[in-house]
Amino acid sequence: MSNISRRSFLQVTGGAAAVGTLGFSPIIMAGSHGGAGNVVVVGGGMGGATAARYIKIMDPKVNVTIVEPNKHYYTCFTSNEVLGGMRGIDSIKFGYQDLEKMGIKVVQDIATKIDAGAKKVMTKSNGGIAYDRCIVSPGVDFKWEMIEGYDAKVAAEKIPHAWKAGPQTVLLKKQLDAMKDGGTVVIAAPPNPFRCPPGPYDRASLIAWYLKTNKPKSKVLILDAKDKFSKQGLFTSAWKEHYGFGTDNSLIEWVKGAEGGIIEGVDAATNTVIGGVDEYKADVINIIPAQKAGKIAFNSGLVNDKGWCPVNQKTFESSKHKDVYVIGDSSVAKPMPKSGYAANSQAKVCAAAVVASLQGKEAPHPTYVNTCYSVITPEHGISVAMVYNFADGKIGKVKGSGGLSPKDASKEDRKREVKYAHSWFNNITKDAFGG
Amino acid sequence: MNYKKTVLISLALGSGLALNASAVAATASAELLAYTCAGCHGTDGSSNGPGIPTIAGASEEYLNEIMMAYRKGERASTIMERIAKGYSDDEIKAMSAFFAKQPFKVFPQEHDAELAKAGAKLHKKYCEKCHAEGGTSAEDDSGILAGQWMPYLEYTMADYVSGRLTATKKMKKKMKKLEKKEGAEGYKKLIHFYGSAK
Repeated sequence: MSNISRRSFLQVTGGAAAVGTLGFSPIIMAGSHGGAGNVVVVGGGMGGATAARYIKIMDPKVNVTIVEPNKHYYTCFTSNEVLGGMRGIDSIKFGYQDLEKMGIKVVQDIATKIDAGAKKVMTKSNGGIAYDRCIVSPGVDFKWEMIEGYDAKVAAEKIPHAWKAGPQTVLLKKQLDAMKDGGTVVIAAPPNPFRCPPGPYDRASLIAWYLKTNKPKSKVLILDAKDKFSKQGLFTSAWKEHYGFGTDNSLIEWVKGAEGGIIEGVDAATNTVIGGVDEYKADVINIIPAQKAGKIAFNSGLVNDKGWCPVNQKTFESSKHKDVYVIGDSSVAKPMPKSGYAANSQAKVCAAAVVASLQGKEAPHPTYVNTCYSVITPEHGISVAMVYNFADGKIGKVKGSGGLSPKDASKEDRKREVKYAHSWFNNITKDAFGG
Repeated sequence: MNYKKTVLISLALGSGLALNASAVAATASAELLAYTCAGCHGTDGSSNGPGIPTIAGASEEYLNEIMMAYRKGERASTIMERIAKGYSDDEIKAMSAFFAKQPFKVFPQEHDAELAKAGAKLHKKYCEKCHAEGGTSAEDDSGILAGQWMPYLEYTMADYVSGRLTATKKMKKKMKKLEKKEGAEGYKKLIHFYGSAK
């Protein structure tokens, strides 16, 4: 049944070194190595890097090219630990050198559009790159228009979203460092669906940790577009335990959508967030806007009317264009969340389908998993997990599997989950970027 | 294939919660199943640490036994019970066979050379019979200890001591002897010994 035979898997270790094509050819010809097909991966994040690496693991003869605008990738997951002061920004920074060592070509450029008819990825500086199969993993883009007074420029200079890590994370961290004790940090949490469902609350927790240990008279105010959120019970009980949640002196306050949490605008000049009911003056503002598929998905006609990319959930091939696959945050893969682990898992399913398709075979039967850790203090971690299968033509949760960390877990287990969160980070990033 | 119906019938027959889709529906290959573990356990099961253990290179029987124990809720864990419940007997067997064939990679770990030296002696005296060849053997079906991540060994040992994990009769006996002679420090020495593997 499997199209990835034991033998072809074993070939990898020996074969990978021989495939290296690290020349700096001025003309981009993804199809010039005479291999078993050309795959162009758009986006070198968790989904794209994993897909590229696993195609090479599954069939080293396939030519793989990644088109990615940035020289380095900063993981969005674990970036909240940078905000909490537990790690530096360089610890979440990854390059492509190890993927290049496997023979993957990395083109630093902006992919502007996929021409599905001509089977080319159009780029800003390198012209069109021909493909036999294209994998698109562009992450999310923001619906700036939903918050008056907020746009990419305001985000870059004054009020970071920090929902794509890197300079945005650094900007928010600087503002937190500069804030006086007694200040208010506003986090505006987005409506569903969005990247990393527990992320805003994990962020609130780790900023609260920073404040508790450095500026204890300050507080975090979460203005939420929603009325409930991921791992809510575990978060709120941990907040009660560590941050006085629910008391007058709480370091974290949460305003749900129905009670004025939905924000309509922001005044960058006065640092004021404008809600439907109240206005909130803040010292530091972090707005996580509503989200949609990455820009190239729109430019290439890959999205549905909701702004996300429908796919065949067995292979992740786009429902809109043949031979184009969409994985990660941009794809419609419900009930999987938009998470780093989901993107990593989908990338492997997609890589296997793409390799099979290039060999003229049927896609193998898929299997998927997700695990998300959240760190609330350096000694309090929680997790949610799920195993997924493919049945009745769609992704489903395997009955009886997965779920949250137990409500009554011991202190020791909470501590272990932090250690496991850090191990998960080390392993998943190496699984995607190599090294 | 009507998977839902089959599951319902099976449940009606009292097959219990552990039963799941893959027992009756199409299953994924061993490779694709094993790839899903890599996010936490590292590519091909070699963990970069510091807490999540390497699962590569242990014996098929050992891996299978541990996963089945997680699935049944008979082996305490933070997360593995939740994950193991997602897989059928055949899937667990396939994954175990895959990881058994992968090489066990040893990553250098910070350890105390003195403690490690003392631990080597204790290993010979109390552990070697089951954890053969200085804890490097997979064939003894007792897992690989030498080169395993030290925090994981600490957690596991602490759980054996507290009774959260049930040791075999033989192991209990050896632990009792070790504790009597060496105190809790004995475990620390052993862990530094395993952590000193190159």
